Amino acid sequence: MPGKLKAKIVAGRHLPVMDRASDLTDAFVEVKFGNTTFKTDVFPKSLNPQWNSEWFKFEVDDEDLQDEPLQITVLDHDTYSANDAIGKVYIDIDPLLSCEAATVISGWLPIYDTIHGIRGEINVLVKVDLFNDLNRFRQSSCGVKFFCTTSIPRCYRVALVHGFVEELVVNEDPEYQWIDRIRTPRASNEARQRLISLMSGELQRKIGLKVLEMGGNAVVGYLQCFDLEGESGLVVRAIGTACTLDKLSPGTAPNTTTHTNTHTLPNTAPTSNACNSPSKDSKEPVFSEDPPHSLSGPPTPLRTLPSSSPPPFSPSKPCSRQSSSSDTDLSLTPRIGKTSPASSPSPPLSAPFLIPTQKLTVLFILLSQFIEFPIFTLTCFPPGFLVHVGGVVSTRSVKLLDRIHNPVLGNTRSYKLLDWNSVAADEPETRDAWWEEIRQEIKSHAKALGCHAVVGYSESTSICEEVCILSASGTAAMLNPRFMREGCLDTGGSDHRFEDASPPSCGFVHIPYDEFNMPFPAQLTYCYHCRRQKVPDVLFTTIDLPAEAEVTGKGCLIQARLCRTKKKAQGEVNATSISNLLPFMEYELHTQLMNKLKLRSMNALFGLRIQISVGENMLLGLASATGVYLSALPAPGGIQIAGKTPSDLSYDQHISTMQKRIDDTIAKNKELYNIHPPECIEEVVGSPIPDRQRSSRLFRSTSESSDELSELDLSHGKKDAFVLEIDDTDAVEDIQSLLTDAPIPAGFYSCNTEVMPGIHNWTSGLQMFTSVRVYRLSNANLTNQGLNKIFTDLCENLLKSLYFKLRSMIPCCLCHLNFTVAVPEEELIQVRGHTYLSTPLLLWSGENEEQLQFSMELCGESTISNNQPTAKPSAPSVDYGSFADRCSTWLELLRLKAHTIRRGSVKTSRRTQLLAHSGIANQQPVSLPCGAPVTVVKMTPLSFLPGTRIVKYLGIINMFFIRETTSLREEGGVSGFLHSFIAEVFAMVRAHVAALGGNALVSYSMKECVFMENPNKNQAQCLINVSGDAVIFIRESDQEAIPPLLTSRQTSSTGADGTT
Amino acid sequence: MSVELDVFVGNTTIMDEEVYQFWLDGYTVNDAVKVRMEGGVLEECEASAEVLRSDTMDQYRTFQMCERLLHSPAKLANQLLFQIPPHRQAMLIERYYTFDGVFVREVLGKKLSKGTKKDLDDVSAKTGVTLKSCRRQFDNFKRVFKVVEELKGPLVENIRQHFLLSDKLARDYAAIVFFANNRFETGKKKLHYLTFQDFAFCAGQLIIVHCNHSRVLMRPALIGKEFLQDLKELKILITDKDLLDQHKSLVCTALRGKTKAFNEMEANFKNLSRGLVNIAAKLTNTKDVRDFFIDLVEKFIEPCRSDKWTAGDMRLYLTHYTNSAHILDTFKHQVVWDRYMGVIKSCILKMYHD
Repeated sequence: MPGKLKAKIVAGRHLPVMDRASDLTDAFVEVKFGNTTFKTDVFPKSLNPQWNSEWFKFEVDDEDLQDEPLQITVLDHDTYSANDAIGKVYIDIDPLLSCEAATVISGWLPIYDTIHGIRGEINVLVKVDLFNDLNRFRQSSCGVKFFCTTSIPRCYRVALVHGFVEELVVNEDPEYQWIDRIRTPRASNEARQRLISLMSGELQRKIGLKVLEMGGNAVVGYLQCFDLEGESGLVVRAIGTACTLDKLSPGTAPNTTTHTNTHTLPNTAPTSNACNSPSKDSKEPVFSEDPPHSLSGPPTPLRTLPSSSPPPFSPSKPCSRQSSSSDTDLSLTPRIGKTSPASSPSPPLSAPFLIPTQKLTVLFILLSQFIEFPIFTLTCFPPGFLVHVGGVVSTRSVKLLDRIHNPVLGNTRSYKLLDWNSVAADEPETRDAWWEEIRQEIKSHAKALGCHAVVGYSESTSICEEVCILSASGTAAMLNPRFMREGCLDTGGSDHRFEDASPPSCGFVHIPYDEFNMPFPAQLTYCYHCRRQKVPDVLFTTIDLPAEAEVTGKGCLIQARLCRTKKKAQGEVNATSISNLLPFMEYELHTQLMNKLKLRSMNALFGLRIQISVGENMLLGLASATGVYLSALPAPGGIQIAGKTPSDLSYDQHISTMQKRIDDTIAKNKELYNIHPPECIEEVVGSPIPDRQRSSRLFRSTSESSDELSELDLSHGKKDAFVLEIDDTDAVEDIQSLLTDAPIPAGFYSCNTEVMPGIHNWTSGLQMFTSVRVYRLSNANLTNQGLNKIFTDLCENLLKSLYFKLRSMIPCCLCHLNFTVAVPEEELIQVRGHTYLSTPLLLWSGENEEQLQFSMELCGESTISNNQPTAKPSAPSVDYGSFADRCSTWLELLRLKAHTIRRGSVKTSRRTQLLAHSGIANQQPVSLPCGAPVTVVKMTPLSFLPGTRIVKYLGIINMFFIRETTSLREEGGVSGFLHSFIAEVFAMVRAHVAALGGNALVSYSMKECVFMENPNKNQAQCLINVSGDAVIFIRESDQEAIPPLLTSRQTSSTGADGTT
Repeated sequence: MSVELDVFVGNTTIMDEEVYQFWLDGYTVNDAVKVRMEGGVLEECEASAEVLRSDTMDQYRTFQMCERLLHSPAKLANQLLFQIPPHRQAMLIERYYTFDGVFVREVLGKKLSKGTKKDLDDVSAKTGVTLKSCRRQFDNFKRVFKVVEELKGPLVENIRQHFLLSDKLARDYAAIVFFANNRFETGKKKLHYLTFQDFAFCAGQLIIVHCNHSRVLMRPALIGKEFLQDLKELKILITDKDLLDQHKSLVCTALRGKTKAFNEMEANFKNLSRGLVNIAAKLTNTKDVRDFFIDLVEKFIEPCRSDKWTAGDMRLYLTHYTNSAHILDTFKHQVVWDRYMGVIKSCILKMYHD
């Protein structure tokens, strides 16, 4: 019995009226954990009951503590009939199980009902006493810390990165059980919520066990997803990166970026060193001290291998791919591979490494024997971790969700909460196999790029009926092995021999693959920064911009959007047609991205996310990334338009005007993003940069196979200018769409990464918001072009809406701008419109971080300049007129407040003071007039809060809510329903963070937002899954604490709010 | 293609003050969009009408959801659903409870009942305030009335603490509640020239500060039990002929040569004095209280106005009229008199305009 859970119910407030006669409620509370239930007394006739219960004690296994949520049900006592439930609160105990996280959960939590929403609040106290249990065979993994953050958490130091961990659990979906036909929607929703809560608890525990096995103590970049597979069940899966983290003592915690420790930077060197100068280091400190791992076999073969001069593995373009994607008849699981012949099991050592890399290679082969998948979910790395970046690797696979794989779950048996392992024993394996296949493929892609690891890795699914697209993407990279080996990190100081290496600001863009055996045609030049190593002409990655990277100008959000119709079909036919379409979509998206990148004269993409969603009769593709100009990469050439039939004069004219427009746009963009690279470079280098005029053509024929869609621009071989041929309407459309991308309004910046490249002065005023839109397509018989246009318009409109709403906050930056598309069930639409032709709905869920960013002039020292030494003083364009306006309104406001204070009598001074301090007080729990403090909780999808320091991580928040209504019209239609639901979800997340003692949720994400409606029945249902890390943050320093006050007041005076 | 669902939710609730005002004023979404378009927001940031409409809808929804909380403003501060910074909360509350002068003038002194609410469409037509806005304002009056009716302690302070309103607004509400409770007649034609602020001022004068129950409080100050009898005693000033003459001569002596309207004052003294003292006597009868303002205008202000007294004349006259009573040796009720005249004087001075 290794744990004692204690709960105390203190009070309730704002309860709903349950007794119409008296307009009051006789409330009592049931506290349930596992199979034990306690009850409080009935507190009669009150909407603000004070139970002040005793401590309810549950003596339980720590395994249960991890899996089960504490379930609190508030009920209305009824003498004559059954007690009515008011609502429930699920409390995840997990944060209390780690000694470094929260110690107590205490505070007001909203009472939630799946039909009525939030119904009052309850004040609870929850504690856990854990007894030490050193049982080797234990099934629990208490104490393993989980972080959603995809970088090393701010107040920790990474001692060791162990690698990839994954797990999935499967169960029947209660919604699809026979019993659902007779039970109330409320009961069914609650069963579902509870089940998912249990499943994610179990999942975390299992992952924790794996981490303990590996010797780690934390999971970073924990990504948990739900696949609602309908009748075939419910899959909860998670991936993450196992690490050993050391807590930093509060004094030494690096604040904004960990990259300030310059002493570790030389460690980027090993590879660059290895790449061209075969320095025969007699001593290899890293390698020499590895005994504890005692890899029996490896060392010898490894040492011999590198000497083989002709690479045994030549990354020729695999022509097997076409066939592999169409072999649905063989396996029901068509796959699309991208770069590598996954079929041919190449030797573990893919030899694009040059000989001198042996040290690294060797290490990594050691590593890859340890770790099945050298895959990391991190997107931000400790300095020196990332050595080289190869490019994006991604894999998609179309699967049929077949119930045959499920053991026939007896319809008569309702699920047992702790039993599902045995119940659905077969299924996890199937799903596991699917993912394993995908990860293998990703791994082999990375190898083809000469990389041994994949970073910034993520997985996703898109399900429509029984078809499911599994996607995985990441960035192939070479990593510094020091972080994987025990004890290596601490020797960092002695690694000085690498100090002569290339500067860290360009190291990561150097190609990891062999120059003469490139995995794809790319154009290499010498690095524009160090002039010693080769770099590609463009670089696509899924990671965040490394802090040491040197950027010219500013970055911006680049989106590629695509819509493809497909025939409605069933089963395998459907899966085949989808898998046939996928390569073309990827290719199109890639081309669009490339064009848009060139149009902005940038040369690298970070944070690339390509999402492909499947619907009944269409596929949607949306790629978002942040474009930047990396100083180390060559300047991109322009875009040239070529017509095929130059005989027609008017046609020529048309082309030349088009060309002019493009050139103008490029020039304008250069100005806008402040991209003015030094021009002299080419002479100095004397490198094989081809003539600008010499350009090859990009043929846009649809017969091109999926080979083209590769990570780096495969097809655009040796050329500088980018040629678009407009001989078909397709290309004309493309160019049109290229040019019709609405420009960002002045004062706005946007990116989908954590930090905005090129802007370094942040204020701490920030806002997080979510926007969801659903469109109905009126005409079902649309062409691809028509759909594309509509889809593009939708995206643009959403962006425009955001800009409009936030207009009062400029200059500001939309960070982590994240779009999600979906094509919800069609069945639903059929019922609705009685149209057999589908009119799909698109569901949008954008999560955006809005960050106020004032220039230096505006608020003096308040802006925190990024501690990047290379940062050029970029002066964001500021509208001085509006600045003056804002100042004056702010002064007025101050005056007004001063006035209020003077007038306020003694009795009311509390309130007036509050008024006056509103700008400042948003950090501290604000005591409000009625005396009940409501902590202000900030939420952000970023892993940090600008201008603040995170002092403690309190644990992971992972919540799943269902809301259903049978009075849709009365609740303000679908928009009203969803609006209040999202507001409620935010409220509950904030309350749980506050109850843990936190004041912010970082790395917040809304992973799932499934919306279904049936207006004819006046019904709607929505599922939302949110997650993040609860933290405590403090202002960076007193010095800085004063000016932010200024800014927050300014914003408040202009209609924006400093708090989030 | 049509937008089925369009939602925008921030962690901190984002509100546009301009749109809030449109919502309060009872504009429909379409009207608000129209007005905003005319206001030139679109040119400012290159947005389309669709964007504007979506934004307006979002805001309206937010306000609708907040409205329930605004009904008991204290809840707004400790609710968890919307994270609103305190100064924004104060703004929301203050604006929600702000009313239109024209509207309140129409319902002032009327019973805050369902019947009155039914007639709001007439009021709306007459004042040009939208029916929706009229209803909100009327419900606000009613809500405040209901809450403070049951409370002990000073009226203004109670309102301020319960509804978290500014001092000014709390005073106005106190006046409205006071008028509604006593059903003062304010709708007569002769009273039309008076604004709400005139009445609010008078109400402020009439409300006593030290009393400990609102039910009592909401009656005019001068009706405190202990004064009932005393007020009646004042009648001696007009019933006792000697006293009346003596009073008149004292006032006239003091005023002579100081004003152009002296002759009229002298001629009218007895009538005016009778008017004022009768009002005092009438105040003792709860039923007659509602005629207080009409009496004041008919019996005092109108005669003076027809004699073309200036505001200065009025002040002079009232000062001497009050003070002279102290010199009357047979007049024993100095305290009551001072108190009564203090209130009446300031009321008259406020009401004496065109």
